[in-house]
Amino acid sequence: MDSVTLTVNDKECHVAAPADEPLLWILREELQLTGTKYGCGEGQCGACTVTLDGKAIRSCVTPLSAAAGRKVTTIEGLASHGSLHPVQQAFLSLEAFQCGYCTSGMVLSAVALLSTNRNPSDKEIMHAMNGNICRCGTYPRILAAVRNAAHGAQKAE
Amino acid sequence: MDSDLDIQVTNELHQHDVGVGLHHFDLGRRDFLKLCSGGVLICFCSTSAPAQESGRIPSAHELPKDIAAWLRISEDSHVTVFTGKVEVGQNIRTSLAQQVSEELGAPVQSISLSMGDTKQVPWDAGTFGSRTTPTMGPQLRTMAVTARDLLVNMAATAWEVDASTLVAADGQVRDPKSGKSISYGELAHAQKLVKVIEGDPSFTPASQWKVAGQPLPKVDGPDFVTGKHEYTSDIHLPGILHGKVLRPSGFNATLTSLDDSAAKKMTAVTVVRDGNFVGVTAPSSWSAEKAIHALKAEWKVPPQISNRDLSAYLKANADKSKSEAADATGSISKGLANADIKVSRTYTVAYIQHAPLEPRDAVAEWQEDELTVWTGTQRPFAVRDELAAAFRMLPENVRVLVPDTGSAYGGKHTGDAAIEAARLAKAAGKPVKVVWTREEEFTWAYFRPAGVIEITSGAHRDGTITAWEYHNYNSGPAGIDVPYNIPNKLIQFHPTDNPPLRQGSYRGLAATANHFARESHMDELAHAINMDPMQFRLKNTSDERLRAVFEAVAEKAEWGKQKSSANRGFGLAGGFEKGGHVATIAEIELRSDKSVRVVRVVEAFECGAIVNPDGLRNQIEGSIVMGIGGALFESIGFGNGRILNAHFSQYRIPRFNDMPKVEVVLVDRKDQPSAGAGETPIVGVAPAIANAIFAMTGERLRTMPLVRGGTMSDGHDRRNS
Repeated sequence: MDSVTLTVNDKECHVAAPADEPLLWILREELQLTGTKYGCGEGQCGACTVTLDGKAIRSCVTPLSAAAGRKVTTIEGLASHGSLHPVQQAFLSLEAFQCGYCTSGMVLSAVALLSTNRNPSDKEIMHAMNGNICRCGTYPRILAAVRNAAHGAQKAE
Repeated sequence: MDSDLDIQVTNELHQHDVGVGLHHFDLGRRDFLKLCSGGVLICFCSTSAPAQESGRIPSAHELPKDIAAWLRISEDSHVTVFTGKVEVGQNIRTSLAQQVSEELGAPVQSISLSMGDTKQVPWDAGTFGSRTTPTMGPQLRTMAVTARDLLVNMAATAWEVDASTLVAADGQVRDPKSGKSISYGELAHAQKLVKVIEGDPSFTPASQWKVAGQPLPKVDGPDFVTGKHEYTSDIHLPGILHGKVLRPSGFNATLTSLDDSAAKKMTAVTVVRDGNFVGVTAPSSWSAEKAIHALKAEWKVPPQISNRDLSAYLKANADKSKSEAADATGSISKGLANADIKVSRTYTVAYIQHAPLEPRDAVAEWQEDELTVWTGTQRPFAVRDELAAAFRMLPENVRVLVPDTGSAYGGKHTGDAAIEAARLAKAAGKPVKVVWTREEEFTWAYFRPAGVIEITSGAHRDGTITAWEYHNYNSGPAGIDVPYNIPNKLIQFHPTDNPPLRQGSYRGLAATANHFARESHMDELAHAINMDPMQFRLKNTSDERLRAVFEAVAEKAEWGKQKSSANRGFGLAGGFEKGGHVATIAEIELRSDKSVRVVRVVEAFECGAIVNPDGLRNQIEGSIVMGIGGALFESIGFGNGRILNAHFSQYRIPRFNDMPKVEVVLVDRKDQPSAGAGETPIVGVAPAIANAIFAMTGERLRTMPLVRGGTMSDGHDRRNS
């Protein structure tokens, strides 16, 4: 067992677990943050996407050791003071999901994209999100939701 | 209604009964006696429970006719509705609540659904066959109407007025004359509403709907964008362990040796062996994964066919004694003799996987001799019976609960993960969670059947079809009927004796394969007689509802306005299945690297009176995107009992960059009963794309998937490999 300290959703956490254990299982089983999903365990579907120091990563292929001393944000950490993050709100407003299993990863990928590119083109959104699978096929709605979230954030400024 | 449901259920199970389970437990004699405490119980378990699963016709289950079994009202007027249907993303938690709201006169917000909990809800065959809207909808509406009338009568008695002068709405009964009102909760006093339904109550006609028919948002939508919703794999119980199952190195393998010494040395790891079944439990997913990899096993795998031999195998192993004629009218030989042109073609479809993003999973907990299992399945009662059979128990002692699930698409009819979790939990004496890996999901879940379809047809130069002989090998009879007017027809489905892969239900069943073959062939005929494919179809169908969707899609897509060229093609397909009428137009382009890209899909869909137009639109859009995968590139490779592409990196499914512009035309028929819509919108996608490819390149591709590697140059592999 290794002892690792990381910041998850603005809270400092001390975790005793093997350093090679994927961050996904640490989040889900040690910290009970089950909003982050297992989809493939190979970084191919994006269901486990969280941000690490603001960048989208696949937590299923990221060892705990790589998160030591860094900031992790999961779906549970996005809403603040009871109001949804603009990306969450846009997904909800356009009902950009069916079964919802991909939604956490989709939202986190979009949040990471918009943090570096505040006005992405459709092509840029599709490129950035191409690693996230929605088997229900709600891509057209997700694309529209990310677009709306970007425009909404710009309007608010 | 019930007999209609029974026929539907029987047909569906008959077509795509998975039949063979993954596991059979020996269960030592001591375990067996411990599980079955009495002779009567053993007798019951060893006969009726397994018979239900292996038998092709489900045993008769009389649905309860009293309101309280389906609907209860609390003192604060909260309405709980009980149904054995489950939510897998098709949005019935919302659409059923809308229908209850409409008939009960209670706000949607006051209604919640208890779904798929075998201890709480009336028996149900399962969530498949697009049956929720046409059967569970009316079932719950009946209960809601009856409850409303009962509540009105209760108020009328209390106020000593004529019931017909009272108004029931917004969860209360009002007397417009006196201005008095009383809430449903006060009236019901949290008592069970006792009334037995007799005859058919009159429903609110769709033309007068106020809540049903509206694009209401998903009732628990916020839980999905915040990560709050608990899927099966998110359930946590005190002391829970994580389980993994050792998978054989191939199908039909026998375990010849097992060295578990290294795994047993790991902290808090337990190895469980029961015949060919080997599994581990451990305190975390990660330690369970390490433990399962530490097992050294040898398996004997018998030689088995590969997908290169598939088409020949399916034809050679057709069990003609079980062949079914869906239609036999007139004389094929006369019809062909009479034709100006004759076309004879073979079409194939590959085995594919459902690949739901939430893999098969289950949490099992034993308490004394009672078993509780949470699992993502479409058939909670069937899984309950599977568990009862596997562990030789009474079904009453098994409770299955289905949290709203991360999709299924017909793939989650069985209880494989539930049985695994329960077996491990029994050995561990603690609750156990099993979550399949993606590789397990691609390998050990059952597949959509592959198929070979042969069509011979004849037509006059004026576009009249004279003969239609149609043989489907293995893929199934759903959607096999031809919606065109043809005097001479022979249409048959030939099931395969011992199919090479474990096969079962899939979104739309064989309607996708049958529409691919039929609508491709219609296109071939149209081109052979030099007639516009749209005109050709309209000339040959008198089904007004089918004509209406063809005309609607033609108008929206401006069919014929733009001609196909060497790098842009337009293709059309349509049909009728499970109460839905569909017409699809695909526009595709050929890029300089020879890759085929679907740039636009326009689809018109009609399924009677629309219950929730936004939910319906979402289902159609999703079906189109999913359909593109099966049409263009999805295909399971296999050989000698092994799956050769059991990863998302090897099995290509549609991603953002495969997404076309999707346009949906909803045809709302308020005069027609509402039908389901989760399946049929997928059936026209593949033939529309195949027909567009022909229009663009002049090459007729008759194999699904059409361009396995994504480009025309490697898409010409006519073998079904």
